[in-house]
Amino acid sequence: MIETKLPFDQQYVRSFSEGRGEPDWLLHVRLQALAQAEQLPLPKPDKTKIDRWNFTQFSTHLVESAPLSSLEELPEEVKVLIDIDEEQKNVYVQRDHTCAYVSLADELKEKGVIFTDLATAVREHSELVQKYFMDGVKVNEHRLAALHAALVNGGMFVYVPKHVQVNVPLQAVYVHEKAEALFNHVIIVADVGSKVTYVENYISTCERSEAIVNIIAEVFALDDAQVFFGAVDSLAKGTTTYVNRRGITGRHARIEWALGLMNDGNTISENVTRLIGDGSFGDTKTVVVSRGEQVQNFTTSVIHYGKHTEGYILKHGVVKDEATSIFNGIGKIEHGASKSNAEQESRVLMLSPKGRGDANPILLIDEDDVTAGHAASVGRVDPTQLYYLMSRGISKTEAERLIIHGFLAPVVNEIPIERVKKQLIEVIERKVK
Amino acid sequence: MATLTIKDLHVAIDGKEILKGVNLEIKGGEFHAIMGPNGTGKSTLSAAIMGHPKYEVTKGSITLDGQDVLEMEVDERARAGLFLAMQYPSEISGVTNADFLRSAINARRGEGNEISLMKFIRQLDEKMAFLEMNPDMAHRYLNEGFSGGEKKRNEILQLMMLQPKIAILDEIDSGLDIDALKVVAKGVNEMRSSDFGCLIITHYQRLLNYITPDYVHVMMQGRIVKSGGPELAQRLEAEGYDWIKKELGIEDEVVEQEA
Repeated sequence: MIETKLPFDQQYVRSFSEGRGEPDWLLHVRLQALAQAEQLPLPKPDKTKIDRWNFTQFSTHLVESAPLSSLEELPEEVKVLIDIDEEQKNVYVQRDHTCAYVSLADELKEKGVIFTDLATAVREHSELVQKYFMDGVKVNEHRLAALHAALVNGGMFVYVPKHVQVNVPLQAVYVHEKAEALFNHVIIVADVGSKVTYVENYISTCERSEAIVNIIAEVFALDDAQVFFGAVDSLAKGTTTYVNRRGITGRHARIEWALGLMNDGNTISENVTRLIGDGSFGDTKTVVVSRGEQVQNFTTSVIHYGKHTEGYILKHGVVKDEATSIFNGIGKIEHGASKSNAEQESRVLMLSPKGRGDANPILLIDEDDVTAGHAASVGRVDPTQLYYLMSRGISKTEAERLIIHGFLAPVVNEIPIERVKKQLIEVIERKVK
Repeated sequence: MATLTIKDLHVAIDGKEILKGVNLEIKGGEFHAIMGPNGTGKSTLSAAIMGHPKYEVTKGSITLDGQDVLEMEVDERARAGLFLAMQYPSEISGVTNADFLRSAINARRGEGNEISLMKFIRQLDEKMAFLEMNPDMAHRYLNEGFSGGEKKRNEILQLMMLQPKIAILDEIDSGLDIDALKVVAKGVNEMRSSDFGCLIITHYQRLLNYITPDYVHVMMQGRIVKSGGPELAQRLEAEGYDWIKKELGIEDEVVEQEA
């Protein structure tokens, strides 16, 4: 029997919040969320049973890390992600819960862009954070959302003012070192007519780590705003991850996601784009490699509320060894979202007979005047493709490698930071080897 | 000078015998054409030489300079110097034409002897210009969304980049308009040298107006039934195959399914 009682009480949460000098509203949200976490059920990812997974039991909520005096101090695998020589960097580095380094180009500061750790943001931009914190993902959705809100102990806040175009990518690197439980919260607000690209990495510095990681990212693209959100998750074996990336669009807004989900532990990933504004656009691309005995569930939804909205889902997964990967793609068109279009494609490449891969495309349509389509497949490497490549002298191993990398290219090619792209390629290389 | 020797080759697919004793020798410097009606085993011969996994050699031998080709994996055959321009090239998403070609070249050259990026790009640009290909095609995914003509041109680009000893062109002319056909022929003719032998499989004489073969063979019912010079192709174009059937007393029979 899994312990259901939560390890941290009101008393703890109150003193934690006060110790950080948080505003009253946040303490209030935390306390209410904690009370709800006791009652609410776990989320129910389709086709994966998680009631015996440990998302809630841990003994240490916070570990201390020192800020870095220089990025040179970072471990090599983290350092390669960052262009250290660039003077006008837009980089945030977090070690476990603590902001270790943050830098924003002067030009962006002058334009009013906010790019800072969440703890600082709640002190310095309290009203702005209050408006968006747990607004995309609601506290009462399920126990993990409530627990997250109650125990948030890391994350960052990005705000791009009206009509400001940020033409260089903003980069965040979340380094997991020794934290037992990371509740990381990311908020990105692109105000009316603005444009921003954000790329994050979750990376572990050890090969194995028994830990709980609970991530919520809330992305708000207000009217006519454009957000590109790239992510590479590569948390270590032993780490149980719940990650929920949620986007909300205003009128004619666009959100594009490119997610390379390469964790080695059990993972529940939810990526939901709510197309609220008329004429808004959502595009989600996800690639995954599962290996060992890990169990993962990737649910991607695009929900159309506004008229003339367009939603695209692409998911490509490779399954190796005895791993299990469930891919649920949901295109939902609500009543009234006329002239909308929901398209999705899910493909799973099985590299081992012992693995399990499932692609479940789901279309839920409550409006007549729309278009929708889906394609799904689960299969092995195509022998005709192998034959073709080998007929040019390429060995079978190399031919398979090319086909697999090609299969995962839809996300790799989208990552706008060359160093992060290279790291993603290396992680893929390591995982499929 | 390379020599590909095929002796008494019998090939079956799904248990059905398609080739019933093919004998053929192709030397460096020689262009051979194999003609014949549809479904007589021409494509089976090319697939068996390259080692397509669905084709089973039940009898006979294929050697390249004395080396047993049938003992080699598909990739080893390619590295030994064989090349097959395919009738239906595969599309491979996410792998650019340029990356694929570089992998193929480096596979031949071996580790530690990889082609330099500059040299590769120079060669690629040069060959693509020669074949009047849009430079964008280097960065497009391998054959993905290529038209029929673009795919064939891309096969010839690979041929020119990889410089094999012996190439088999399996219906490289099918689905090409006359301009594309001329470009493809130009590429093949450019390869002509004493180090390069070629087997051209076609059922139209048309291609042979642009690539002049030294030898023409007619294939029927899984065997080569007649061989001659370029004049044989012209006679086939003018008179069809019936006179050969009559001469040899062959009844119509299809031995190969169209792929």
